[in-house]
Amino acid sequence: MAEEAKLILNVTRDLKPFFDAARGHKLAVQKCDKCGQLRFPPAPLCLACDSDQASWVTVSGRGQVFSFTIMHRAYHPAFKAPYTLAVIELNEGVKITSNVIGIEPSKVKCGMPVEVVFDKLNEEVTLPKFRPAS
Amino acid sequence: MSLKGKTAIAGLGITRMGKNYDHSNALGFAAEAISLALADAGLKRSDLDGLLVTTGVSYRDGLASFALQDSMRLTSRLLADVNAGGSSAGTAIAMAAQAIATGTANVVACVFGDAPLKPPTPGGKGGGAGDAYGTPRGLDSAYGAFGANWVYALLAQRHMYLYGTTQDQLGAIAISERQWANRNPMAQFYKEPLTLEDYHASRWITEPLHLYDCCLVSNGGVCVIVTSAERARDLKKPPVYILGVGQGHHPGPSVESLDTGIPIAKETAFKMAGVELKDIQVAELYDCYTITVLLSLEGYGFCKKGEGGPFAAQTRLGHAGSIPVNTGGGELSSYYMWGMTPVSEAIIQARGEGGERQSPRHDVVLASCQTRNLSTHSAVVLGTNP
Repeated sequence: MAEEAKLILNVTRDLKPFFDAARGHKLAVQKCDKCGQLRFPPAPLCLACDSDQASWVTVSGRGQVFSFTIMHRAYHPAFKAPYTLAVIELNEGVKITSNVIGIEPSKVKCGMPVEVVFDKLNEEVTLPKFRPAS
Repeated sequence: MSLKGKTAIAGLGITRMGKNYDHSNALGFAAEAISLALADAGLKRSDLDGLLVTTGVSYRDGLASFALQDSMRLTSRLLADVNAGGSSAGTAIAMAAQAIATGTANVVACVFGDAPLKPPTPGGKGGGAGDAYGTPRGLDSAYGAFGANWVYALLAQRHMYLYGTTQDQLGAIAISERQWANRNPMAQFYKEPLTLEDYHASRWITEPLHLYDCCLVSNGGVCVIVTSAERARDLKKPPVYILGVGQGHHPGPSVESLDTGIPIAKETAFKMAGVELKDIQVAELYDCYTITVLLSLEGYGFCKKGEGGPFAAQTRLGHAGSIPVNTGGGELSSYYMWGMTPVSEAIIQARGEGGERQSPRHDVVLASCQTRNLSTHSAVVLGTNP
C-alpha cells in the first residue's frame, strides 16, 4: 500500500512542515504570528487579521468527528473500501480532513471523541489519522 | 442600468443524452447543440456573433471556445471559455445578457458539451464515467478522497446530525425527481420508475449517499441562444425574457455551517427581476445530489434552514403541493449537463413546452446553478413578460 499511496500524494512546500511534524508523531497546524489564530490547511493569509506571517505549532491531536462519510468504492489501489473519511474538529477549533480508523465505519458517529494516530506509509510520508479516543 | 427584460432566450438546443456516442468528444456535442438551437430560433450560423463555451470534465485539449470557433468557422465579437464549474450556465447567460445590453454582441450562443462516457469496446468494458469524475485533489486524496461525491456526503451527514434529516427524506427527493423524469421523454430515466425500496436497495456510493442520491453521467450538449428582447420577438419561438441574474460566492467550506452562496445570488437576481420568492412559479434547482436540492430549498427560503427534509418529503417537489421543482427530472433522473440541466428545463417550462410535465403557471421561472459544494452559485430568473 505504501508505494501506491505515495504516488498520489504531492508533498508541496506549503505542506512540508505538516509532514515533518507527522514523521515525529506530532500534529501541526499553522498559527498566525500576529494574532495567534490557528488555521488548516495552510493558507497565505490569516483569516482574522490578514497577516501573511505564520509559523507551525503542535496541537493536541484530540477532537471530535464533525462530519464523515463511508467510502464504498476505492478509486485508487492504495485504498480498500469501505473506509471512513471524516472532517475532524480539533479541540483547538481547527478542522482537518482525515480517516477514522480502528473502528467499524458503520459505528462512527458525528460528535464522537477521537485522537490522532500516525500511519507511516514510507520514510517520507506519515499520515495523521484518527481513532476513537481512549 | 438594469438588465431586466432587455434580453431574451431565443433558442434552445438539446442533443440526445446519456450513452450517446454520436460524437467522439465534448466539442462535437456542443456543435450539434448550437445547430439545434439555431434551428429552434430560426437563426443562421452567420447570425451568431458571440460564443461562450463550457465543457465538462472530459475535454482536456485547451481552450474549447477557440477550437469550436475554428471548427464552426464563426466570426464573433465575444468569445471565451466560461468555467465556474456547475455554476457556469448561469454565469455565461449573465455574461451574454450583459454583452448584448451594452452593445458588445448581438446574438450569443452559450453552450455546454461533455463526453465522459466512452463507447464499449469489443471484448472490453465501456463507461469509465466514474474515473473521469474521480479526480484526486491535494492532501485530501492521501486519505482516499476522490471526486465530488464525498464532500456532498459530508454535507448530508452533517445535516442529518444537526436537524434529524432522514435517509427516507433524501430518498423522497430522488423519487419525486424520477416521477418528473417519467413524464419527460428526453430523460435518461424516462421509462424507469423508482420506489423507496429501490432507493434503499441501491448501492452505497459514499454513505449516506446511495446510488440514486447521485446524479447521472451524460454525454450530450445544450445550447442557449441569447439576443435582445426586440430581436427575440421577431424570431420563431416566444421569447423567454431574462429578468434577473446574480452570482453568490460563500467563503466555505459549506460543511462548517451548511451555508451557501445562494442568498447572495438570490438577492441580486431577485432585486433585478423585481420579484420575491412567492412570485417564483417553477424552480429548477441544481441537483448533483439529493442533498443539493435540500440545501437549495433552504437557501432560497422555500423552507427554513434545517427543514429541507420534511419539506421535500411532504411537498414531493410539487407532486403534492407547493412549488414544482426540477420538473424535467433534473440531473438525478434526466441528464447531467451541469447548470444547463436546470436552465434548459426552465426555458422549456417558461415556453409552455413541457408536455405532460408542464406547470400550469410558468410566467416566472427560477434556474439555479451551483458548484464548490454550494459555496458558488448563480441564479437566473426567466419570464414570459419583459
